[in-house]
This record gives sequence, C-alpha cells and structure tokens, in this order.
Amino acid sequence: MIKIDNLTKIFDTPNGPVTAANNIQMEVPEGEICVLLGPSGCGKTTTLKMINRIVPPTSGKVYINGEDTTGLDTVSLRRNIGYVIQQIGLFPNMTIEENIAIVPKLLGWEASRYKKRAAELLDMVALDPSVFLKRYPKELSGGQQQRIGVARALAADPPVMLMDEPFGAIDPINREVIQDEFLKMQKVLKKTIMFVSHDIDEAVKMSNRIAIFKDGELIQYDTPDDILAHPKDDFVKNFVGDDRALKRLRLVNVEQVMEPPIYVSQADSLSDAFNKMEACGYYHAITLVNKAKQPIGFVSKEATQTRQGQCGEHYLGLKSIISVDDDLRKVASKMFTHDITWMPCVDKEGRMVGQITQRGITHYLGATYRRDGYQASAEQAPLGDDLATAIKA
Amino acid sequence: MKQTAMKQLSMKRYGYFFGILIAFWLGSVFEANAIFEELWEYQEDVVYLIGQHIEMVLISGIIAIALAIPIGIILSRPRFAKVAESAMQLLNIGTTIPTLAILALAMSFLGIGTLPAIFGLCIASLLPIVRNTYIGLNEVPAHLKEAAAGIGMTASQMLIKVEIPNALFVIFAGIRTALAINVGTAPLAFLIGGGGLGELIFTGIDLDEPFMMLAGAIPVAMLAVLVDVLIAAIAFLIVPRGVNPLRR
Repeated sequence: MIKIDNLTKIFDTPNGPVTAANNIQMEVPEGEICVLLGPSGCGKTTTLKMINRIVPPTSGKVYINGEDTTGLDTVSLRRNIGYVIQQIGLFPNMTIEENIAIVPKLLGWEASRYKKRAAELLDMVALDPSVFLKRYPKELSGGQQQRIGVARALAADPPVMLMDEPFGAIDPINREVIQDEFLKMQKVLKKTIMFVSHDIDEAVKMSNRIAIFKDGELIQYDTPDDILAHPKDDFVKNFVGDDRALKRLRLVNVEQVMEPPIYVSQADSLSDAFNKMEACGYYHAITLVNKAKQPIGFVSKEATQTRQGQCGEHYLGLKSIISVDDDLRKVASKMFTHDITWMPCVDKEGRMVGQITQRGITHYLGATYRRDGYQASAEQAPLGDDLATAIKA
Repeated sequence: MKQTAMKQLSMKRYGYFFGILIAFWLGSVFEANAIFEELWEYQEDVVYLIGQHIEMVLISGIIAIALAIPIGIILSRPRFAKVAESAMQLLNIGTTIPTLAILALAMSFLGIGTLPAIFGLCIASLLPIVRNTYIGLNEVPAHLKEAAAGIGMTASQMLIKVEIPNALFVIFAGIRTALAINVGTAPLAFLIGGGGLGELIFTGIDLDEPFMMLAGAIPVAMLAVLVDVLIAAIAFLIVPRGVNPLRR
C-alpha cells in the first residue's frame, strides 16, 4: 500500500516559487496499479519522484505499507522500492546479469543466490537466460532493455514499484507485447505500483485506478471505468477524449456481458429452434452446436418459419465466434468487420458457453449512465430503458 | 559496400608492399653510409639516458595521474559545480602556457636538477587528465545517475560502480594525451639539468653532430610510440566491454 498525505513540492525558480504538486492526497491499495495521468508539467512525475525522494518533498508524508517513511534513510528507502524509468538506465558497463543483480548485491546477498535470482527473473520477462545473462545492454533492442529494466526493479522483490513512463520509448507493437507480459506478471506478483503515463489508452489498459493531474493538482482519482464514464469536469472530459465511451470497451470482458447460451443441435427440428427463439423474445437466429457443444453454424428465424425438417439440414455458416476472455473492443471490431449483431461465445475448448449481442453490450455499458440519469433528474424520462425497448421491438 | 572493402584491402596490401620496399631501400642506404655504425657509437650513453628518461616520465606521470584523477572527480561533484567551471577555465588557460616556460618557472624556484624537471613535467601532464576526468564524469548520462540513485546506491557506490566505469574511456584518452606530452617534453628537462635523452639531442645540435642528435631523437620517438601503444593496450583491457568502443 502506498499512501500519500498532503504531499507538496514547491520549486524555487528565478521567476519565483512554482508549485509543482499541491497537497496531493491519495492511497493505492495493496496489489493495485495506479496510473498517474496528465499533460506534461502537471506534476505527475514530481509526485512519483517524491515517493523515493529523487525529488525531495517540500512538505507532506509518504506511507508505505502503513509505515511513515519520513524517518527512514534515503538509501534503505530506495532499496525497498523498485524503480523503472523511461530512459531505462541500464548500466552499460555491466552485463545483464550484473545489472539485474545490483540491488541484491547492495543488500549483501550471496553470489549463488543473486545469480539464481537473475536467471529466474530473465525467465520471467521472457528472455532466455543462457543467451542474455552475459550480454551487455548495448547488444539488446530497446524492448529487451526495458524488460531488463523491469527485471532489475523486481530483483530484491520490493513490495512497491514506481514506474516513470516505463514503456514510453518503445515502439507501439513491442509496447503492447510488453504491457501484456507485465500485466501477466503482475497477476502473480501483486506488487503495489505507481505508474506515470501521458497515454490514456495505456492508463486504461494497465491500471486499477487512475489519478488525473492538472497544474500540480490531483483532479480526479477513480477507477478507469468511472473516469471514462463520469469525468469530473471539462478538463478530464477533454483529456480522456470524445471517444471515452469506446475506451470503456477495453475494460469489460465478454464473460461479464454474455447471456446464457441458447442453442440447438443438428437433430433438433426447426420448430424446436423456433420455440427456443420465441422463448427468449428477441433473437432472430440461433446457434447450432455439434456433439462437443462447439458452435458450427446458425439457423435463422426466417428458415424456421418457412421450412420444415431438422436444424442440421438448414443451417448457415457462422461468420465469427469470440472467446470469453476477450474484451469488448475485440467484440465490437468483429461485429463491425462481419456486419453482425450477435456472436456465440466459447471457452478455451471451443465449447459454447453463451452469446453476446449488441443490445447486451449497450445495456451493460449504459447501466452506469442510467443510474446517473435517475439521480440527476427523476422527472426526465429514463432514456436508456426507452432505447432498450425500442431495440427489443 | 563489399566492393569498397575489397578495394581498401588491396590498397592496404600495396601499402605494405611499398612500406617493405622503402624499408629495404633505407636500410641499404644507411648500411652503405655506415650510419648504423655511427649511431652504435652512442650505444652506452643511449642505454643510460633512456633509463633516466623513463624514470623521469614514470615518476612525473604516476604523480600526475595520482593527483589529476582525484582533482577531476572532486570538481565533477555537484557541490563543486559552481567552482568547477571557473577552475576548468583556469586549467584551460594553464594548458596554453608552453611547457618550456613551465620548466623555466619550475627551475626559478626549485633550482637545477631532476626535481624541477619532474615537477614541470607533472604540471604539464596534469591538465589533460584533470580535464578529461572532469568531462568524462560530467558526461555520464543523467538518467544513469537517476537510475543508480533510484536503486539506492550511495554517492560513493554510484561513483565507483557507475560513473567511473562509464567515464573510464575518456579518462584513459586524457592519460594517453598527457603521457604523449610528457615523453615529448622530457628532452627539455636537460635544459634545467634534469638529464634524459635531451642530453644527446641538444648537445648534438650544439656540436653540429647529427648522429649524436639522432641517437637521442630516435629513441625519444620510439619511446613516445611505445608509451602510446602501452596505454592504449591498458585501456583496451581495463575499460569494461560494454562501454568500450574498441571492443565488440
């Protein structure tokens, strides 16, 4: 847990004092990633660097896991905080192994222990220890170097990590890969992380919480979904962008939105299929599954009304299916690509476990706005429900 | 690319070929004029004076390195940042003073002999090392220092593990320049009674004995090249591979 209490930084410049961070107050719960977000010069980096005193605070306190760090000496404070910077900062005079092992060495670990740890960490960041341990930083690509940077920060297993735009200097394709790997690692390691970024997409992807800064002030501190759905003021609105509702798609998994599966098998008659669709109310097609419950096609409502026979004889091929682990962005993208309004959802074995519909997505994402609508003006007609009925009809 | 490389290679071969030809030709000319025998006459003097020369270079060089590197390090520390710039300006002005003038000044208050010679040589070779140490340490990228601080290194750990290794190549370049100046200036030490190969050179000039002069000049030239190669070899081995542009 990181708790920041009334942290203030005032820089003395030739043009008079400048407040870089003003009474910042926030708390990052244990095991969560908090992204500090804002335009340049907003105080996010200053705030981050005050935690490990790279920038000494003018006033205020920092608590780590409930302990006031004011009394700790700077060196031991920093050795207990992982630190990753944008320029990576690997020491070019040391091998990869020496770079990773540097904090354990400073802490006085035995050689065999820190060597084992270095190899273990290289493995964790998806680099082959037998290839990379003895190399020098200049022999690695930027993406590989930053993986080492992350490994080095993790070496002594600190409970808390500070990351200053760690993936900012990496090309977009590698950045996505490294972000995904990092999230996978975080699922296991559960570090408490503060992360500076100026990229809203990165923030939405990486964070459990987002803190938006402007001119040294903390403007809004919320979950990504709340920041996107309920920006506090015009500044936040502008910062998260006009497409903020679309960005929320990334935050939601298929599993959260999908509806219980309705399907027919090949031996079922068309009238059974029709009845199943009628029972649900609004479907104009139904998925056809094989014996292993894997979707193989669909039967349209039109076919069930105009023809006779078994479903296995009158089905059409599916244009697309989606896995339950995917996010809604992928769903929307597939729906737009194939011009469809629903898709069967499958688990890892390819078995049908539900279906996702455009209506369901709209309903799910709209819930938070409707709650708002009711609270704000009870007399106004609840637009969301009207819309839902309109789609149903 | 490949073609130019081939061309360079063949040029190099021609170069070697002509070099060997010229060496043979020179050898035969020298032999015919009994130049080697003339030079050989000074063999005893040369051996003795080379010893003196090397002693002078070694002592003044080691003292200069031992003084200059700590001075450079101190000047590069943040708390001396304000003084450092003016100090470096002073040193730059110092470098423009001819070494002969430094030797003359040294003689004027230390008298005649080896001591003022070593003192003068020391001062002359101090400046390049201080300057390169200071610049080398200052040019260690700020993000490396931030990373080192963020990791929890103390100031001295940062200096030893990060700053010096990354500045070492530049520091060695300074040492190389300094010792080249040192070896080349050492013959002047004779003028203030310091001995060394300058004895043969200056006496040869005065007596209009070209062979005597050459017997001093050739070893000085060879010594200069040798010291340069030696320092380069040491730098090659000591500067860590990751920051050594000469090693891959």
